[in-house]
Order: sequence, then C-alpha cells, then structure tokens
Amino acid sequence: MLTVQNIYKTFNAGTANEVRPLRGVSLDIPEGAFLVILGGNGSGKSTLLNAIAGTFPLDNGEIHLAGQNVTRWQEHRRARLIGRVFQNPFTGTAPNMSIAENFALAIRRGQARGLGWALTKNLMNELRDRVKELRMGLEDRLGNAIGSLSGGQRQALTLLMATCLKPALLLLDEHTAALDPKSADQIIRVTEEVIKRYKLTTLMVTHSMQQAVNLGDRILMMHRGSVAYRFEGADKQRLRVEDLLARFEELRRREMLDDSVATLLQEAYI
Amino acid sequence: MTLLLGALTIGLILSLLALGIYISYRVFDIADITVDGSITFGAAICAVLIVNRVNPLLATLAGFAGGVVAGTVTGILQAKFKINPLLSGILVMTGLYSVNLHVMGKSNIPLLSAESLTVWAEHVGQSWFGGAEVNLGGWMVSTRDLVTLLTVVAVIVTACLGLYWFFRTELGTAMRASGDNPQMIRALGVNVERYRIMGLALSNGLVGIAGALLAQYQGFADAQMGIGMVVWGLASVIIGESLTGSRSLGLAIFGAVAGSILFRLLVAIALRWGLNPNDLKLVTALFVFAALVLPRLLQQRKRPVAAPLGSS
Repeated sequence: MLTVQNIYKTFNAGTANEVRPLRGVSLDIPEGAFLVILGGNGSGKSTLLNAIAGTFPLDNGEIHLAGQNVTRWQEHRRARLIGRVFQNPFTGTAPNMSIAENFALAIRRGQARGLGWALTKNLMNELRDRVKELRMGLEDRLGNAIGSLSGGQRQALTLLMATCLKPALLLLDEHTAALDPKSADQIIRVTEEVIKRYKLTTLMVTHSMQQAVNLGDRILMMHRGSVAYRFEGADKQRLRVEDLLARFEELRRREMLDDSVATLLQEAYI
Repeated sequence: MTLLLGALTIGLILSLLALGIYISYRVFDIADITVDGSITFGAAICAVLIVNRVNPLLATLAGFAGGVVAGTVTGILQAKFKINPLLSGILVMTGLYSVNLHVMGKSNIPLLSAESLTVWAEHVGQSWFGGAEVNLGGWMVSTRDLVTLLTVVAVIVTACLGLYWFFRTELGTAMRASGDNPQMIRALGVNVERYRIMGLALSNGLVGIAGALLAQYQGFADAQMGIGMVVWGLASVIIGESLTGSRSLGLAIFGAVAGSILFRLLVAIALRWGLNPNDLKLVTALFVFAALVLPRLLQQRKRPVAAPLGSS
C-alpha cells in the first residue's frame, strides 16, 4: 500500500547549516494499517511525513503509494491520494473563508475545479451532518470565518476536511501537540472514530508515548534520521509506556557513548 | 452637474482598476505595480485599434487581453522564477513602458475624431433623447455624457457580478484560498503557482479594460497615463473597506467600486477648491500612507488607557 524505500534527504548541503534528517529510511505498510511514528526532536519524524506528502524532492530512494510510484510527483499532485492534518491548527484551514467554503475546497481535493458553484445545497446538507458528529455546536456556524474558531475546533474541522474524500493515506503530523489537554483528548477521540469508520491507512507522528501505546497497530521509533525500532502485531499490543521509555533511554545512552568516543578519538588523534 | 457626471464616469472607469487591485492586494496580498504599465498597455492597444477603424467594443476587449498578458508575465516571474512579487511588478511595468511606445508608435495618440465608444454614445444619445442635451432634474446634461455614463455603469455592473460569481465557483474559491493559506490549499491538490498566475492575469485584465475605457473617455492614450495608478487603486480599495467595514466578498467588491467613485469625487472637489493638479499624486500617496498607518496609531493610543485597569 505504502512503500518507502531507503530515502535520503540533506538540507543546506555543503554549508554550516547542513542537516541530514533522513538517512536511509524504509517502511512498508499494508492497506488499513495505522502506524505511529515516535522520536525525539530532530529525529526526522516530521521530515519523513513531509517526504511522503511531497513537500520537497528526495535526494535518493523511492516512494510508492496505492500501486503508483509517486517519487517525482509534486505535492499538489500527491494530494489526490493523501489527506493531511498539520501540527499548527492555523496551517490546515483558510482563516478568512467560512467553514462551508473550506469544506467545499476539501471535497474537491486532488480533482479538477471548474466553474460550478462551490457551495451547493447537497454539499451544505452533507456538511451539516458531518459537522454535527463532532458535537461542537459548529453546525449552526457554517457561514462563520474559520479564523474565529479555537485551535481545537479548527483541528477537528481539518481532520474532517482531510477525510471527507476518502484518502488512500492519512498523514497526521503531531496534530494534537499545539492544543490544550482537553482539546487534544477530544481530537484523539475524533481521530480514532474517523479512522475506524472509514478504515483509513494512517501515519501519525507524535511525541506522546501514551498516544503511541493506545493508538495504532504498529510503531516506528526514529532516531537521527533512521529507524531505530519497529513494533508490530503482538509486540505492539504488549507494549507499555515504560518499555518505550526504556528504549529511548537506550538510544540516549548509545548517543552519549558515540559522543564520548568521538571526543576520545579527537583528543587522541587531533 | 457636468463636473459631477465627469467625476462619476471616471470614478466608475477606474473602479475596474480598483477591482483589479482588490484581487492582487487583498486576495493575494501583493502590491502589484504592474498595473501602472498594464493600464497604459490596455489604453495603447485600444487606441491604436480604434484609430485603425476596429470596432470600439473589440478594441476594448483587446485592451483586456493586453492586461491579461501583462499580468501573466508578472505571475510567471513570481511563480516560476521565484522573483520577489514587488520586483516582478517593477520589471514588467518598466518593460511595458517601451512596449507601449512601440504599440503606439509615438508617446500620444489622440482619439478625438475616431470612432470610439464616446462617439457611439453621442449617436445613441441623439437618437434616444432627440438632441445634444437633455433636461435631467432641472440641469441640462449632454446626452453624450449621459449615455457614456450609462454604458460604463453597465460594464461595471457586469464586471462586479462576474467577479462575484467567479469567486464563488470551485475555481474562484480555490483561488481565494491560494491567497489566504497557500500551504493548506496545496495539500488539497491545488497548484498554487498556477492559480497565482491566473489571478494576476485576471487582475491586470480588468486594469486593461479600465485603460481602454479611460483612453476613449478622455480622448487620447498617453505613455505617461499609468504613473501612480497602483496607489490610486490602493486608495480606492482602502476607502471601500472603511465604507463597508467588511471583508465579505460581495461587500468588498461593492466597496472597491464605491471607494473609487468617492475618491474621484473627493479629487474633483479638491481640484475645484484650488488644489494644484501637480500635487495630486503627492496627496494621494500621503492619503494611502495615512490610511495604512492611522488604524495602528489609534490602537496604540488606546492601550495605555487599558493598562492600568489590567494591572490594578
């Protein structure tokens, strides 16, 4: 369903600001899978998601999605297959346009846009039903500008917009990280509902180990631009937050060892 | 009365310019100085065609096409070559100055004897009202001016309804979103660069019509006529926003037209009261400056009053 083969990316190559967020990442998930991607700051987890979404061209490697090689597709072309929710609630919606207009944009995701009315009666009815399911009271405010809503409400709507046309792949990039705990819980609940109902293939980046344990059927832990651990099936089901913490600690210790060895070598040879 | 009619007509013609600026400045948040060149481009193309006995309506449409081309070039410079939007506009505007001279073959084309829309309006006025003047609520008004005004009103109403319709279609909604949140609409499958080019083409196309109509109304096209037009359009859009006080689409379009007319009337009154025409552009620039800065200054004034309440 989604295959990522050994992808590499270096930003600002050859300068003092050179970063290498992806150093040979591979993954392969079947249809209907829900993969949670964990990792510390700078581990490359968000970059991996952006690489799949097509935000930047790869240096090396290939990405196949829904039976097509999408490696050279630009971001807007891949949008036909991919629905996305971003970390920043302001990123996923057009603030000066109404809830209904935002939804009208999303319902044509990846399709040709013509000269028909954007807001048809059918669309408004469907939208009202969908928004009602959020239980946020937004169904009476469809004409309001999205910029007037709270971050949690915007994020819930972005999730609806990303999934109203069933995407082959749903990408969630720390989509609860910028919210207060109550809104975050609410969004996680809605996320679970939507994914279950439409049987969506999902990649979710998070730094919450609790979320990683509770959600999804597999986990990928990233470190320094490559995959450090994978958990699937029964392993994933047995996994506890403490186990994940232990793995993080292990990574940290290995890194310290790397650093001290490097200093040792430096002192010895330079 | 003649003065009022004239101010109204020019205000309406330039409201097409204001609508164009509304698209570039409010939808895409670009101060697009291309319009200084494209309004002249529209006027030059139209004037040359009319002098060569082309139907004035076709000539006006050719002015629109000229504007579309100019806007497309600016859009391509921005979207494909990643040149700063302001600089892209400056480049195209500067280049257009030479192009306009080539199109016209000289720096000025008079249209006084040519078969333009105003001459057509004169004929129509004669046959409708049966004379060169008609009594309008106690004033004697030239039927030529009256028919010209009505024609321009018809053009503006069509343009406004067309824009309002377009911006509510799937395509137009996506275009507005490309200005409002490019990252979001890209994730929904829209080629933002292409939409930006289309938006600038449409914007400058409207400006091209404004140039074509203006040349026919004032009876000449001139290589210098576009200087400062972008500021003029910005002033109209800003006045329109303060008139309607709203960012909703319909009111914004209406506001741009109303702002353009009001601004032209203010200018006509100021000139009547003895404002030196040479100072006009300076006054316009100062006006836009004040309109941009005053709201912020007023807000800062309010803050010290609120602070003691919060701290106590």
